[in-house]
Amino acid sequence: MEASAGGGCGAGPPLLLSDGEQQCYSELFARCAGTVSGGPGSGPPEAARVAPGTTTTAAAGPVADLFRASQLPSETLHQITELCGAKRAGYFGPTQFYVALKLIAAAQSGLPVRTESIKCELPLPRFVMSKSDGERRIGNPAELLGTKVQIPYLTTEKNSFKRMDDEDKQQETQSPTMSPLASPPSSPPHYQRVSLSHGYSKLRSSTEQMHPAPYEARQPLGQSEGPSSGGPGSKPLRRQASLIRSFSVERELQDNSSNYLDEPWRITEEQREYYVNQFRSLQPDPSSFISGSVAKNFFTKSKLSIPELSYIWELSDADCDGALTLPEFCAAFHLIVARKNGYPLPEGLPPTLQPEYLQAAFPKPKWECALFDSYSESMSANQQPRDLNRMEKTSVKDMADFPAPTQDVTGDDKQALKSTGNEALSKDVSEDPATAKDCTSLKARPRSRSYSSTSIEEAMKRGEDPPTPPPRPQKTHSRAASLDLNKVFQPSVPAVNSGLLPPPPALPPRPYPSQSEPVSEGDLHPQLNRAPSQAAESSPAKKDAPHAQPPSKPIRRKFRPENQSTENQEPSTGGTASAATVKPHPTVHKQSSKQKKAIQTAIRKNKEANAVLARLNSELQQQLKEVHQERIALENQLEQLRPVTVL
Amino acid sequence: MAVCIAVIAKENYPLYIRSTPSENELKFHYMVHTSLDVVDEKISAMGKALVDQRELYLGLLYPTEDYKVYGYVTNSKVKFVMVVDSSNTALRDNEIRSMFRKLHNSYTDVMCNPFYNPGDRIQSRAFDNMVTSMMIQVC
Repeated sequence: MEASAGGGCGAGPPLLLSDGEQQCYSELFARCAGTVSGGPGSGPPEAARVAPGTTTTAAAGPVADLFRASQLPSETLHQITELCGAKRAGYFGPTQFYVALKLIAAAQSGLPVRTESIKCELPLPRFVMSKSDGERRIGNPAELLGTKVQIPYLTTEKNSFKRMDDEDKQQETQSPTMSPLASPPSSPPHYQRVSLSHGYSKLRSSTEQMHPAPYEARQPLGQSEGPSSGGPGSKPLRRQASLIRSFSVERELQDNSSNYLDEPWRITEEQREYYVNQFRSLQPDPSSFISGSVAKNFFTKSKLSIPELSYIWELSDADCDGALTLPEFCAAFHLIVARKNGYPLPEGLPPTLQPEYLQAAFPKPKWECALFDSYSESMSANQQPRDLNRMEKTSVKDMADFPAPTQDVTGDDKQALKSTGNEALSKDVSEDPATAKDCTSLKARPRSRSYSSTSIEEAMKRGEDPPTPPPRPQKTHSRAASLDLNKVFQPSVPAVNSGLLPPPPALPPRPYPSQSEPVSEGDLHPQLNRAPSQAAESSPAKKDAPHAQPPSKPIRRKFRPENQSTENQEPSTGGTASAATVKPHPTVHKQSSKQKKAIQTAIRKNKEANAVLARLNSELQQQLKEVHQERIALENQLEQLRPVTVL
Repeated sequence: MAVCIAVIAKENYPLYIRSTPSENELKFHYMVHTSLDVVDEKISAMGKALVDQRELYLGLLYPTEDYKVYGYVTNSKVKFVMVVDSSNTALRDNEIRSMFRKLHNSYTDVMCNPFYNPGDRIQSRAFDNMVTSMMIQVC
């Protein structure tokens, strides 16, 4: 019997279970344990019986859900958990679980929750199920469905739950880590996991009380993501999720937009926007489609395995044309995010992901407006901190990392912006000023670009993004500096020089880009920050910092045409901070203030332009190198294949 | 209807082969393999590749006492071989053609998937489902 095995497993009162009880408990335990056996119903009894022999533990998530389903008051449940030894042991082993179930039965029968209660014959514990989409029943206990807490009503009429995330409690119970795969942060895409929970009608109150439950919620996280059974229908998954959430102390501020109606396959507004943003980064025209290779590159960054990606493609490309329209893309992206969060992929495309449904739910025109707004907003919001972090030539992987995007939508947006900005800038500088001017917070934008040093490739992959603001809005100095930039900058001279800067998104490192980029970039940030504010009236002090690093040559050049001999002398000696510092001073004294300032701004512009160009050059060279390498690799492959394909 | 369906690549290695489990699968594999010779014969006899569907369908390759083997070749020299149980009510030629057409369509769908590299084994679930539906009709 279970007793001996259970006794062997952990400390707890000796347990005598009848056959019916044993079967029932085994199934419940199997379900809660979230073992691969997954769906209960068939088979589980054997598997479950094996469980005690092994050291499987039930996930706190499903267990808590189960307990809540018993509709006992939370104090009772607390008591039960204590008694069964889970707290002592720190986990729900088979023994503890069975004892707990027995205690639940006792409590439901009206007996006090005591260790002695379980010694007598008791009916099976009853668990109220909140209807889900046809869950299987196991003996007495009703189907347990992980619920998103606070469901105002039992939705038995339809196979879905309304998840209202209005209340904070819900958010409390939403643990970020639905699956071991996903990392804790709560980015909007993570809300999908939250949505998985189902709500018991009674749970609301009890859940709140359960929150302080001191169970180790972390431990269940080690549980497998869920059975291999079909996607949203996997109960253990959901139970696990909701339970983890309820027990977890950390309250991820899950998006309240994640009120999934039934399954995790419903795309919320935020997700939608995010997907559309990504789509636009790949293909500016939302009504057009993404080719297969572009999409492949993009989705490969999600680091899912190729067969899985292949399957996701199969699901989402409804018309099998090898290209993804916007709804198809959203569906595919959604499936990828779900998969990354641990949901098993469905057998067929869920109805909420069908292209027609998506088309109807989210009319296109709205996207574009929303897109652009959210686009610029997100950009400005995240500019500065991100840029500062990323000026160090972060690798493309950062940008391309899907987990990062899922964790931080804004970050990814920025990436997209950056990459697209790179691309856009490199391709069309003249476009930038116009777009830049349109954007509200132009200053911030270039920051995001700066990080894109290695992201040109990615930008190319992602395609152009017209709205992307130009890299350096901040450098609003009226530029007369570089020849080719002059024309570009001229129009934008007044105030906002948003897009004038040349393609390289990165802040133009004043010093030689190859040498001191990281350093200069760091310096440049504060400088650039200052630059826009100061505009033409930059004081000599401001110039000092930039001048400190950049070579004096540009200054020299600038000054000569201005016909300032003194300046020439200084620049020639410059190159050191002091020299640079000295430079402006004499000139200031000598020239009229206006001229001085003009010269200074011109110098600055030139320098910036130089830096920008130098940086661009280096980036392009890097790209060229990589392309060369690719070409060599391809040629090698071709050579190898040639003798084979004689046919 | 079919007891075995195989997709052979241009280089004559199988991309996909499935047979009903009731019979010794190895036998089917062998039959498919030997049928490749017949396919090649027919292809070479055809001369220039003709785009007409008729040429794509090779018809009965050879009959055995228990089975009939039908062949179909695509324009990219990918061959579909189908082994049909003779004891079944003789399937009409049109039915076989339609089955091959379905196979071909599913195959192109698999090709459209950018994650599929030509020359890989076919692991598409949709393709599997379609093949299963064709084979399940064998009672």
